[in-house]
Amino acid sequence: MTDVVATNQTILVVGGGISGMTAAIESAECGKDVILVERNPSLGGRVSQLYRYFPKLCKPSCGQEINQRRIMAHPRVRVLTMTEVDKIEGEAGNYSVTLKTAPRYVNEKCTACGDCAEAISAEVDDPHNFNMKKHKAAYLPTNMAAPQRYVLDPSIIGTEDAEKARAACKYDAIDLDMQEESLSLNVGAVIWATGFKPYDAAKIQPYGYDRFDNVVTNMEFERMMDPFGPTGGKLLRPSDGKEAKKIAFIQCAGSRDRNHLKHCSRFCCMASLKQTTYLTEAYGDDDDASATIYYIDIRAIDRFEDFYQKVKDDKKVSFIKSKVANITQDRESKNPILHGVNTEGYHRYDDEYDLVVLAVGMDPEVKADEIGCKVAANTSGFIDAHADDAGCGIFGAGCATDALDVNRAVQNSTAASLKAIQVINKTAGAEA
Amino acid sequence: MADEKKIGAYICTGCGIGDRLDAKQLEMTAQRDGKAQVVKTHEFLCSADGVKTIQDDIDNDGVNRVVICACSRRAKTDAFAFDGVTLSRANLREGVIWVRPDSDEAQETTQEMADDYVRMACAEAKYLDVPEPNENHGNNLRILVVGGGITGMTAALESARAGYDVLLVEKGPELGGWMRKLHKRIPDRAPFDEPMDTGIDDLVAAIEASDKITVALNSRIARTSGAPGQFSVDIATESGSTTTENVGAIIQATGFKLHDPAAFPEFGYGNADVITSAELEELASAADGGPIKRPSDGKEVKAVAFIQDVGQNSTEVGKLRYDSGAGDLVAIKQAMYFKHHNGDDCDTTIIYDNLRTPGTAGEDFYRSGQRKEVIFTKGAVSKVDAAGDTLKVSFHDKILDEDTEMEADLVVLDMGMIPVTGPDPYATLEIDTDDDEAEVVEEEEKEDGVEAENPVEVSVESILNLDYRQGTDLPQLKFGFLDSHFICFPYETRRTGIYAAGPVRRPMDIGQAIDDATGAALKAIQAAENAQVGRAAHPRSGDLSFPTFRKEGCTQCKRCTVECPFGAIDEDEEGYPQYNEGRCRRCGTCMGACPVRVISFKNYSVETIGQQLKAVDIPDEFDEKPRLMVLACENDAYPALDMAAMNRIEYSAFVRVIPVRCLGSVNTIWITDALNSGYDGIILMGCKKGDDYQCHFVKGSEIAHMRMSKIDDTLNQLNLEKERVATYEVEITDIERAPKLINDMAATIEEIGMSPFKF
Repeated sequence: MTDVVATNQTILVVGGGISGMTAAIESAECGKDVILVERNPSLGGRVSQLYRYFPKLCKPSCGQEINQRRIMAHPRVRVLTMTEVDKIEGEAGNYSVTLKTAPRYVNEKCTACGDCAEAISAEVDDPHNFNMKKHKAAYLPTNMAAPQRYVLDPSIIGTEDAEKARAACKYDAIDLDMQEESLSLNVGAVIWATGFKPYDAAKIQPYGYDRFDNVVTNMEFERMMDPFGPTGGKLLRPSDGKEAKKIAFIQCAGSRDRNHLKHCSRFCCMASLKQTTYLTEAYGDDDDASATIYYIDIRAIDRFEDFYQKVKDDKKVSFIKSKVANITQDRESKNPILHGVNTEGYHRYDDEYDLVVLAVGMDPEVKADEIGCKVAANTSGFIDAHADDAGCGIFGAGCATDALDVNRAVQNSTAASLKAIQVINKTAGAEA
Repeated sequence: MADEKKIGAYICTGCGIGDRLDAKQLEMTAQRDGKAQVVKTHEFLCSADGVKTIQDDIDNDGVNRVVICACSRRAKTDAFAFDGVTLSRANLREGVIWVRPDSDEAQETTQEMADDYVRMACAEAKYLDVPEPNENHGNNLRILVVGGGITGMTAALESARAGYDVLLVEKGPELGGWMRKLHKRIPDRAPFDEPMDTGIDDLVAAIEASDKITVALNSRIARTSGAPGQFSVDIATESGSTTTENVGAIIQATGFKLHDPAAFPEFGYGNADVITSAELEELASAADGGPIKRPSDGKEVKAVAFIQDVGQNSTEVGKLRYDSGAGDLVAIKQAMYFKHHNGDDCDTTIIYDNLRTPGTAGEDFYRSGQRKEVIFTKGAVSKVDAAGDTLKVSFHDKILDEDTEMEADLVVLDMGMIPVTGPDPYATLEIDTDDDEAEVVEEEEKEDGVEAENPVEVSVESILNLDYRQGTDLPQLKFGFLDSHFICFPYETRRTGIYAAGPVRRPMDIGQAIDDATGAALKAIQAAENAQVGRAAHPRSGDLSFPTFRKEGCTQCKRCTVECPFGAIDEDEEGYPQYNEGRCRRCGTCMGACPVRVISFKNYSVETIGQQLKAVDIPDEFDEKPRLMVLACENDAYPALDMAAMNRIEYSAFVRVIPVRCLGSVNTIWITDALNSGYDGIILMGCKKGDDYQCHFVKGSEIAHMRMSKIDDTLNQLNLEKERVATYEVEITDIERAPKLINDMAATIEEIGMSPFKF
């Protein structure tokens, strides 16, 4: 990695999800040098785990293809995967950054031919599928992986499988001696786009995510729809592999809740409305298929209201204004049973379902006050972009700054790109 | 005289290609059929050594048409990147060996497949040229911002802070827009608990102090012509003078107007004490720190009701199908005005259906309102009446599920936002024509099968007055907003170099408008910078090619000028197309439209594709080896087939897949030629069309479907079955379906038999 060149004219983008990819390529296409670091072995981030986007119901990998092609072809963007920021010091126009790159055990000679995976038998959990599925310990992260290069799971290093993988590679691409590397750079501005992680559903004790098989998260539900996901694109419930047809969605699972996330995560209402359309996709007009949404407020903001109206017109879908009190499980059928009160008229309910989807919210992947360099955190740990610290050259982008939907995250990242360019141009002007 | 073309074909035997295919045979094919002057085989072509072999031939042997016979064009792009030469890729890995079984009986057809891909890549190479930047590009990097509200001011300041000159045009006598009328704004920083000052005076002062920003007040855009990097704009002032300015890119930040509260008489607007939330801002400012008084008699307000989403979120005629997005936060802010100025005991009730206070800021501010004892009532208001000295608000309480009423001194209506735009160039619906000034815009001609602009009566004044063949203003999306259609690309625009920002793009609050303005400024700067070097804008960013046409052959049919999804092509007095290269997005829709095939790009033309399909070896009818052609969108269908290969999903060995920039670029001559030369089946794979279209060139897929609907005539003339040509919408995730479509076509051909046109 000695060939990574950076100066105080370089923008460092931290995070290779849609926000980071956007910030990186938009900056590069303005003529700026960019280093894009991503912790995972592939670009893509959270959106690559989604099956469809609301409200168009289009596929995230379509935009991902365009972004990755732009990034990979652009001479001004340098992508470093499996890389994290270890330390960051300095001020706008002059940051010293230490990056840490985990060993991939596969070098740039890899042709993605797949012989290494073929040669070994060890399997490991696949985090892309929230560990609902396993994959070979030598693997290509996803069909859309960029860079298109295999990875060896560290757990097999030192085992016979690692040797088998190495021996199977005709191109000398497997390097079992790879070590963690550290790299120090000088950059002018930083765009922090580390995104979100789904709130840990197990913390919502009354909903029994950790106890009941048939209680899943909204992100896991997305993976179930993917033909290459854990259930082969079918809505099969975890307990017995039967098709889940009667499905409940619990909104604000963790969000708008003093005990969990204080904030509203913004995207989850639309995500659940979108997910009700998956039932139609899976079951057509089957009368047994139904979706019930338990909600506090349906936040279909501005022109998304149109989508909400469409879902309301779907006779499969019903709405109950209620914060669900708790979930129990029928011992025999393993069906989850929701208990609570419908606040529109105060009716008690004990409703049984095949599957419950918790609309869990967004937690910042990295808490803003852990970034350093005076980056300010807001009350939920996101980056407070408007805190009084005008001299700072570290700009939040996307869900690192707030719970945002994809469209707004990209909007925000495009803005962050200009903020970073302002710092770079100012530094260049001062030196000219 | 152009340099002599020298084809170098490089065959990789790595990744199992050498095990599965006869490389010697491929070499011979490249030499004999492909007319490659240099043919080399390498066991690991993407290695440093393999790449060096190619680079050496380029440097020392004059190879300038490089043909890589290895993996997909999507793989190893970093290794196979050579300057100053053209690149063709024969997809032997994902396109052949990974989709075919490794068996003896499959061997012959698999090898034929590979040989054909080598022939096709060489044929393409022969007709490719290295694009050179267009010489007719502008160098202007100045940004024009139209609209002097918070969005426009932010766009101007942020552009200036990045070092760019700005011209800010405002139709009114002062800067500030709606922001100037506000008493306070919703907080934008932690702890998000109190309304904050708007800071408008500081903002205006910063603009006035900037030596990079020129402000034109009382001014409008009388005419806009040109392209990114070289727009020419006439600025007309109220006094009648006009000046011409040159700019590189444009941001339209013309904001919104409020929906008319008088249109909803049930809410009692007309009664002096029923006001809009905008009017309350003025009332709050007028109170000057003292208690807010009601307009009718100056009595201090002790009870106020906020009615949310008036005339919004409804499909009823005259109502908006969306909401303003910010109305509930505004109501909370305004309720706090009363708590601050009229005392804690002033009753403030917000009647809402779904309260929308998203994000961290929204929810914190909502909680702050709750702490201040603002009352939130889920209900639907049916009526507001005068009741003696006060107002009576009748509503259905949705929690108690009963009809009830409350009294208030003042009622505040949350009205929706309507974007301030010019006429939609593609409007097909008749809109309000009561206005005397309505002008009728007639489309002179309607092309067959093209969704041409219908005659539309327009009562809206143009904002940009674009001197474009396809209308005066930015195309609209839903509900009149100038939004992008793409979730991943909110700044996608159908008029290159012109970006909408703020509530004209989508309903939004101040915080989002500031973000949006900053993002739009980035895109405007980028468009101007790209224009300066002749590079294409998104999604073919960086592409240096541009369309040219052979005037002698042109019949002035205007199909290209009508069908261009980006309004890039104008017409001269004689009706010949006038290309504005800076506005072009390189999709090739014009090339697909041209009936006489005079439009081409240096690196993409009727020949680069047409010669590929002609290069395929068509076996004799009695060989029982049909040939199928797939024209696949390079962004979605082609990657889907690639990913099918990565998962070893097999498909017919009789198919030959050609990636195209967009189905819109598919010229029907390719179909006709293919049918005439003996292809048995043809499949077009493009993106989703219709309202929720996914085509990144907007209309490409739609247009292709229309063009293909008329291919039946051709089939009839040739006496061929119509099943031989099929057009599909294919998503990038159709990893299993795309191969199935191919196999289905193969099965169909088996059923209906071979084409008789094999010579």
